[in-house]
Amino acid sequence: MISLLEERRAQIHGDSRAPFAMACEKQSVAGSVSPRACVFCGSRVVLYPVADALHLIHGPVGCAAYTWDIRGSLSSGPELHRMSFTTDLREKDVVYGGERKLYQALCELIDHYQPKAAFVYATCIVGVIGDDLDAVCRRVAAEKGLPVLPVHSEGFKGTKKDGYQAACAALFQLVGTGSTAGIGPLSLNILGDFNIAGETWLIRNYYERLGVQVVATITGDGRVDDIRRAHGAALNVVQCSGSMTHLAKMMKDKYGIPFLRVSYFGLEDMSRALYDVAGHFGDTSLQTRAEALVRDEVAAILPDLRRYRKDLQGKRAAVYTGGAFKAFSLVRSLRTLGMKTVMAGSQTGNADDYRLLRELCDEDTILVDDTNPLELAKFVQEKGVDLLIGGVKERPIAYKLGVGFCDHNHERKIGLAGFEGLRQFAREVHSTVMSPVWKLVPRRRAAPADAASCAGDRAVPVGRIGNPSHTQDCARFVGRIANPSHVADCGGCVQSLCEGHAERRLTAEAPAVEIRPQAEHAGPTPLSLALRATENTEAAS
Amino acid sequence: MTCDTTVSPTPPAAPSFVATRNACKLCTPLGACLAFAGVEGARTILHGSQGCATYIRRYMISHFKEPVDIASSNFSESATIFGGRDNLRAGLTNVARQYGPSVIGVATTCLAETIGEDVGMYLHEIRREPPAAGKSLPPVVHVSTPSYCGTHAEGFIATVRALVEQLAEPGPPGAHVNVFASMFSPADLRYLKEILREFQLPAMLLPDYSDTLDGPTWDEYQLIPRGGTPLESVRRTGQARASIEFTCVHDTKPSAGSWLCERFGVPQQRLGMPIGVAASDALFGVLETLSGRATPAQHVAERGRLIDAFVDGHKYLFDRRAVVFGEEDLVVGLVGLLRELGVRPVLCASGGESGRMRAAIEALAPELASEIQVCQAADFAELEDRAAGLRPDLLIGHSKGYWLARRLKVPLVRIGFPIHDRVGGARLLHVGYRGAQQLFDRITNTLLEAIQDESEVGYAYL
Repeated sequence: MISLLEERRAQIHGDSRAPFAMACEKQSVAGSVSPRACVFCGSRVVLYPVADALHLIHGPVGCAAYTWDIRGSLSSGPELHRMSFTTDLREKDVVYGGERKLYQALCELIDHYQPKAAFVYATCIVGVIGDDLDAVCRRVAAEKGLPVLPVHSEGFKGTKKDGYQAACAALFQLVGTGSTAGIGPLSLNILGDFNIAGETWLIRNYYERLGVQVVATITGDGRVDDIRRAHGAALNVVQCSGSMTHLAKMMKDKYGIPFLRVSYFGLEDMSRALYDVAGHFGDTSLQTRAEALVRDEVAAILPDLRRYRKDLQGKRAAVYTGGAFKAFSLVRSLRTLGMKTVMAGSQTGNADDYRLLRELCDEDTILVDDTNPLELAKFVQEKGVDLLIGGVKERPIAYKLGVGFCDHNHERKIGLAGFEGLRQFAREVHSTVMSPVWKLVPRRRAAPADAASCAGDRAVPVGRIGNPSHTQDCARFVGRIANPSHVADCGGCVQSLCEGHAERRLTAEAPAVEIRPQAEHAGPTPLSLALRATENTEAAS
Repeated sequence: MTCDTTVSPTPPAAPSFVATRNACKLCTPLGACLAFAGVEGARTILHGSQGCATYIRRYMISHFKEPVDIASSNFSESATIFGGRDNLRAGLTNVARQYGPSVIGVATTCLAETIGEDVGMYLHEIRREPPAAGKSLPPVVHVSTPSYCGTHAEGFIATVRALVEQLAEPGPPGAHVNVFASMFSPADLRYLKEILREFQLPAMLLPDYSDTLDGPTWDEYQLIPRGGTPLESVRRTGQARASIEFTCVHDTKPSAGSWLCERFGVPQQRLGMPIGVAASDALFGVLETLSGRATPAQHVAERGRLIDAFVDGHKYLFDRRAVVFGEEDLVVGLVGLLRELGVRPVLCASGGESGRMRAAIEALAPELASEIQVCQAADFAELEDRAAGLRPDLLIGHSKGYWLARRLKVPLVRIGFPIHDRVGGARLLHVGYRGAQQLFDRITNTLLEAIQDESEVGYAYL
């Protein structure tokens, strides 16, 4: 029997009748096994992909050892970021101070590895023993003639989000120090994509196909010299808003560069990211190219999506992510695959995030902030979940309970962004949800309904298309969709697109769900455009 | 970094660095978390920042593929300034309320140690306060594990000692034997229990995470995975007939066995890691003495088959050159196996720095002492610099050596902890005749595979 901690109740929204008031952005409860890490972790994950910089962790060995080569962030050139450097402080350093050791370590590493810049991370005890990180960094910078940037990431000084800010502050010191020669008016920086499995390359390629110059990728496949001239770009596109909005805001204030929030996960969000950029520049040829790109890319993945969706229709998912923005995309992507999100949450979401998540999800979807393993296990069990999406720490919770799992964290080695990423995501989800191993797991065998659903051999209600008008729209297929906001919210449309008006398996128990118009999209939504574009292709062929 | 080489076959390839580059060790609290995970009904709290618990969870989960719940007292800036007593109290209360543990382990982090937290005193005070929500706390065992002192191996040993020191009770002498495990795999622990059972020797194995970190799927989520050393058994360690422990590099002072010897006069039998024939013989010999029985027939047979396998494969192994890395005791244990096979352990390295690894290797393999480079406080960058000139045929160590193996284009035989790039880390056997058999097969097959892959002809018959 799993009981909830009283102190945690305000951060869980489970009762659909209760007024929505989600507590968040709080320090984790002591003794609750929070999935969050610390300030240092926040800085480390954001800066890690800068591949030609030296990353030196000033502290005892653990902080460096546990973050050695953990992210799947690829580099197209140097790979210095994959090394783990630490001053490895010992007892005498703690007693007498670690500045001397830091100075020596920095000098020898800079001489040996010849980086373009150095990031020096403060860990917990550095903040306590009083090493003057800034002074040592200034001294080495002057002596060695390169930027040596202190990152004030003492673990206890807040949450992971504060670590993001410290990382942004360090990056901001680089921005504006390079030449902006050769940067045109149609240009942008990609912020908040970390090139997991080459995702930044994919996104960069999309923007370049639109005709937009990519100045700096911060920090996926990042280079110091690119970051130094990032202030020459005309626009910042910010994914992973929790980690990088701070930098975008600073660049807006100082250099007047506007920014757009985007996500590259899922059909809707990926398409929207491209259309929004095209719209921002107000260039019709950009718009045309964006439509063509979306059309081609969507057409390429549809056959596979159709196949996966057929099996996944009606399955139930729980989503737990680091940042909330990813949760939005996942809820939408799951809907594209015909799946229902019955629990969603994040480590670092804010009040606005949770309001949006609530609008995006069903009435009875449980929302959690900074959850813990017991809460996750409780909801996975109670909600009869077929799939848990999270990070490595969440994986055994799913597996122990005989539930599929998809890793959507930064340790993964499979690209899930972009159109191609959605295909990979669908394959990942399909390969875990449909695996026959669950038939052997006692818990799943003990629950016949669940087991049948898992084995995919029973018609299951299509939850999202309980609304009659919605269904009608779906059935009429793409080009005739009257309400664009409806489309953006409707995975069923992809099904109709995929299956060519296949027979709907509606059942009486399918809940009628009100489709809320999404206020942020007044015009045609990316998906409707994507679908329209695809229809044109199909008509042409 | 220090490298102790009597006769170095090659001069040091690179200058020594002040910085640690790609550490070949983990921090002390990780060892504490692993040891506490082997006590029945235990939950662990790390007294410090949230990140320590999260990082260690991720590291252990990635190896064991099992839930590893480690709570944190979750220091904030004010706790760092004014002390973390309230955080610890809240942490203990919340862990007790959520998990209903039979014991809570509290390990400190470098932050708590640096600001001078007196956890013992805190616990004493907290116990005297009225219990929160009317529920009293279970026994709490605390251990000091600042990550700037020692490695995860020292954290493990310190925690086993803390458990005994804080739980052992005086009483009439019993017939049982204490067996203090080193950083064995769950498979090793299961096998050890099987051996002890077959000797019909009443024994207490501590820690025992053979079930808690390698269990079946569940019908219902378990707050604390089943298994582990019962608390009652730990309490009775002071009444045991003898203690066996497996370390040849760690100071006699901090170990559980030596404390029991001093405090309760429990005779102590120290062995190295029982890897290879001779070291396993030593273990079985001790068990024969303690049980008054001959080694059970099936183990004699297993030993026989092992030596037969050695004979069958010896030509593939003789004079091959291996680089060995990991915890110091594990490295020393492996040297024992490799010398029995005629493999030259040309470089033996550990991130640990007990200062005793060289002596232990010399004692074990005096004939090889002149040609083995022994590096303590080593990191992987240094290992790479040294190994390149040594022309190794294989690497033996945990999966963080993959990076090195790839660069040297030399195969890696994965053993120990962590195994993050293969399945089955928990199922690897290292100890006893069966462990030696598994290691022998894997080492030999790795070399055969390399021969096959490198061959232009590629025979399927070797």
